[in-house]
Amino acid sequence: MSSLAQKKGFGAVIWDYLTTVDHKKIAILYLISGGFFFLVGGLEAMMIRIQLMKAGNDFLSAGLYNEIITMHGTTMIFLAAMPLLLAFMNAVMPLQIGARDVAFPFLNSLGFWLFFFGGIFLNLSWFMGGAPDAGWTNYASLALASEGHGIDFYSLGLTISGFGTLIAGINFLVTIINMRAPGMTYMRMPLFTWTTFVASALILLAFPPLTIGLFFMVFDRLFGANFFVVEMGGNTIIWEHLFWIFGHPEVYILVLPAFGIFSEIFAIFSRKRLFGYTALVFATILIGFYGFMVWAHHMFTVGLGPTANAVFALATMIIAVPTGIKIFSWLLTIWGGSISFTVPMVYAVAFIPSFVAGGVTGVMQAMAPLDYQLHDSYFIVAHFHYVIVGGVVLAILAGTHLYWPKMFGTMLSEKLGMITFWFFFIGFHLTFFIQHFLGLLGMPRRVYTFGADQGWDLFNMISSVGALFMAIGVLVMLVNVVLTTVKNVRVGNDPWGDGRTLEWAIPSPPPFYNFAQTPLVRGLDTYWIEKMEGNKEGMVYAEPLGDVHMPNGSIIPLIMSFGMFVAAFGALYFLDDSKPWALAVLIIGLGITFGSMLVRSLKDDLGFHITKEELIEDAKRGGNTDGLK
Amino acid sequence: MDLNKRYTAQSWPDHPETATLEGKNKFVGFWLLLAAETVTFASLFATYLALKDRGPEGSEFTAAGLFELPLVFAMTMILLTSSLTSVYAMHHMKNHNFKAMQAWLGITVLLGLTFLGLEIYEFNHYVHLGFGYTTSAFSSAFFTLVGTHGAHVLFGLSWFIALMIRNSKRGLNMYNAPKFYLAALYWHFIDVVWVFIFTVVYLMGVIG
Amino acid sequence: MAHDTTEKIRSHAEHEFLKKKRSAEMRHQLTSFAIMIFLTLIAFTMVAAGFSTYLIVPIILLLAAVQVVLQLYHFMHLSNKGHGTVAFFMFSGMFVAFITILALVTIVWW
Repeated sequence: MSSLAQKKGFGAVIWDYLTTVDHKKIAILYLISGGFFFLVGGLEAMMIRIQLMKAGNDFLSAGLYNEIITMHGTTMIFLAAMPLLLAFMNAVMPLQIGARDVAFPFLNSLGFWLFFFGGIFLNLSWFMGGAPDAGWTNYASLALASEGHGIDFYSLGLTISGFGTLIAGINFLVTIINMRAPGMTYMRMPLFTWTTFVASALILLAFPPLTIGLFFMVFDRLFGANFFVVEMGGNTIIWEHLFWIFGHPEVYILVLPAFGIFSEIFAIFSRKRLFGYTALVFATILIGFYGFMVWAHHMFTVGLGPTANAVFALATMIIAVPTGIKIFSWLLTIWGGSISFTVPMVYAVAFIPSFVAGGVTGVMQAMAPLDYQLHDSYFIVAHFHYVIVGGVVLAILAGTHLYWPKMFGTMLSEKLGMITFWFFFIGFHLTFFIQHFLGLLGMPRRVYTFGADQGWDLFNMISSVGALFMAIGVLVMLVNVVLTTVKNVRVGNDPWGDGRTLEWAIPSPPPFYNFAQTPLVRGLDTYWIEKMEGNKEGMVYAEPLGDVHMPNGSIIPLIMSFGMFVAAFGALYFLDDSKPWALAVLIIGLGITFGSMLVRSLKDDLGFHITKEELIEDAKRGGNTDGLK
Repeated sequence: MDLNKRYTAQSWPDHPETATLEGKNKFVGFWLLLAAETVTFASLFATYLALKDRGPEGSEFTAAGLFELPLVFAMTMILLTSSLTSVYAMHHMKNHNFKAMQAWLGITVLLGLTFLGLEIYEFNHYVHLGFGYTTSAFSSAFFTLVGTHGAHVLFGLSWFIALMIRNSKRGLNMYNAPKFYLAALYWHFIDVVWVFIFTVVYLMGVIG
Repeated sequence: MAHDTTEKIRSHAEHEFLKKKRSAEMRHQLTSFAIMIFLTLIAFTMVAAGFSTYLIVPIILLLAAVQVVLQLYHFMHLSNKGHGTVAFFMFSGMFVAFITILALVTIVWW
């Protein structure tokens, strides 16, 4: 079988993506579907801001408004931010450590398809009797009282996509532990790889409580269990604890990779080694560790008692220390550097004040007495949007510009990128800065309208105008993507000219086997070291050219995930008297999943080899075959 | 890797489960999964402890009144012994003695099936007493915790059986050795969870 | 994944030595098993004998912990070479497990 076949038709390309186990193609799948859900979530955000544009607006009904805020939060966190970050992790991390693929290529694909079907399932709720409407936190007392099947779409959909994320986390951890190139010690790993590592560890330990909480929710609502049913002895606080034991680490799962992307950007575009690399690494680990001990600060007003509140308030404030270390390390990296203000760098510089603002309001809320005042007001909304948008979304936009050439082999336009940046950045502050004051003026969150006599009209109007600016920014970005793709100007290995890490030493996009020869890493910023020493190839090699072993593609991950998707419908209608077929659907779905699992484990899948001759042949063609078979 | 390569006891590597990169990856990945499973079961235990003996007004079911130790003792002994028999199986795997490994795995599976049978009998008994899944918060938490463990037992048994049948003709090689090893690890983990279940649920339940 | 193991054939003496070592290890495992059974017996007997609850609970929890350590370190070889990283993650998991249980048994019903 020749593994380096040539051009194929459209159907073959689709089939290739459906069966791919190549981390770079899975990254593209994550990017496209995450980007799609980002647009969906953005559309929901725009509807919220239109509704709140003026007092007493009736653009949305109260019930629909509840559904839209719930889906906005859920979509943005689970279906947009996480997969977009997973896209960059998939695309870049294996290249940064000099690996040919991730540890479990098959599971990588399975993780994506589970996320994808979970997301689709969740969003089908719009067309099948109404979306979930208990907020993205889905507190049990509200969720159990919710009529229709919206909440069930939420819990089943997130269960499925949560499995996918857990699989992705384990996969990245093993990849980093076992598959680093020779010489790539832990303390030589690029910071994006480090943050991927810690974020994956958080995924590993934080997703199980969520899964269990969601299971309880499913059993309570669909199978008659009583975990949260107070009359039957249940307790709704259990949901809140399980949700936030997951939910707080989740914030760091999102923001740590964002820190990683910015760390890469600061070093590249200041043309300097990261200041305080070791401190940055340990700060990352510390943040991950503390992230598990602060969840109850989301629950100060629940009535946990003064002891618990005091403990969690203190722990929360401590997290500001490692975060502060990071901020200063970045500032000192820029200081004295030879800076070029490219689009990614502009995002990175804008990120620092934005994120610090979100951090400062976070410390304010860490004081439990003050939190009683701020809780459930727009101050909270402003705070977490400053952290998530000011930290994570800016990183995603910056990362898209930074890694686009590595993923697609073309450069996004700098000019349009700047336009996007200014619209988005101004719009972001316009939207959310004013919401701090709305909160202090007493405007409650999650309420679908307000009265004209409450004096919140002007600030809400300003906030809505800001949202429009952000929307324009995103649209310009889409235009940018389309124009860049149409123009198709190919770029070389190191399009930014100052790449420091291994991914910039190989073609853009890389060949499907990444490295014809495994590189030998001689220090932090290994590509930079080789460049400085005048090594034209950009790498020294740890092995002679020889046969390369690659995994086979497979359609099974898609079928396995589809089985879960089918089973979820069975569970959804389990208690409906009018739908006696539900049990059968549940069994068929699980049958598909476990059947394909059995097929996978009984069939030997040993992969294939690319011969040395094929590698030499490919190198002559530019060495960036994408491996269509 | 060559599936047809024949090993002898003398050429069989010291640690066949981690001798290939693929084996190493599986080994680390599986341990990480066990770490995640630890947190999963912790969430179930935590919920069980929070909801222990809680029910609707006038509910008669409590742990102290419900659980009986003799059956639990038998189940515990059976599962502990099956842990030892899987250790024997891995001992023979490392010695490249395929037949002995299969035999010990067979004993492990039989013990596991007995355990599962007793558990089904126990659950059935409770349901007949009127203590069903939907009876109270306590019943939901109990059945979910112990039932999840039971589901793990079932999965572990299916895994062992599938491996034994699939490889019965071709013997041990570098490709399936890690699989046997991980299935055995999984089986030990199931036993670890059971140690906490019999202590926290049954023993601490009986004394109230 | 190209790197298959380099084949190494042991000499007869080496092989015999390894076999002996494995048998010794297996005897060691049997001892662990005996201890586990013994600990279980103590736990059940204490409960059956009906000592004070405040005495029983900490002791049977301790016995369970010892048993789990035996399982992890002997049956699952967590102490062996090459288990450092996975042991770290296992302990992190236990830490999260501990605070989860602590939280739900202490602050849920306040």
